[in-house]
Amino acid sequence: MKKQEYIEYVEDRAKKSPIVKNCICAFSIGGLICIIGQIFLDLYSFWGLEKQDASTLASISLIFLTALLTGIGVFDNIARVAGAGTLVPITGFANAISSQAIDTKSEGYVLGVGAKMFTIAGPVLVFSTISGVLYGVIYYICTVIWG
Amino acid sequence: MEIALKYLIVFLVGGTFSFIAQVVIDKTKVTPARVLVTYVCVGVFLSAIGVYTPLKEFANAGASVPLTGFGSLIAEGVRRAVDERGLIGALTGVFSLTSGGIAAAIVFGFLASLIFSSKPKR
Repeated sequence: MKKQEYIEYVEDRAKKSPIVKNCICAFSIGGLICIIGQIFLDLYSFWGLEKQDASTLASISLIFLTALLTGIGVFDNIARVAGAGTLVPITGFANAISSQAIDTKSEGYVLGVGAKMFTIAGPVLVFSTISGVLYGVIYYICTVIWG
Repeated sequence: MEIALKYLIVFLVGGTFSFIAQVVIDKTKVTPARVLVTYVCVGVFLSAIGVYTPLKEFANAGASVPLTGFGSLIAEGVRRAVDERGLIGALTGVFSLTSGGIAAAIVFGFLASLIFSSKPKR
């Protein structure tokens, strides 16, 4: 291997490895959070809750854990390693709200916490609402046409 | 054995959703906020075309815990409400199944702000 080739090879590896590592971390931690969710879900089903309620309560449990871990400062450390692994599950939505709420406390509870907890969660709610309503209208038109 | 397989599927499907987002973030420098918005909208769309409900039956929490699952709950709530009440259901159904999660995130976020103070960023 010539020197130039070797340099290219090293640069190539150096550029790629963080992406590969990031993706493996995201995959495994994202999967792990879903497993924790499934454990909650199975536990609540075992205790006799309906499937829909058990699923909602499993999400709420993950949201609670996220808010708690965000508060004690552990979530940031996990998120730094996990990347999209903590972002994509419901934990990302919960963390967006709780971390903003904690960070903007000094600006007051109305215009600080109350307003700014939606800095990231707000757009999520806006666009999910719009796409949901759009779907509802299209679905309604379909049911009218085809019964 | 069946339980092990079920949990393996949860892990693989849930992991794949995160994996795709990580590739998108690393390759395109899209901000995390946009990823969240996109995922929820994709969830609504996949549920609308009838793909997501079978996926949820197959992968359980692997499909319901990622934010696409949140989107699919919105679509499901809307569909049920339109079936029951007609066009107004398009508005009333949006949060019928998701309000539990949203309210929890707001309440726990608020409680966290009462109890905890922000740590200095490292």
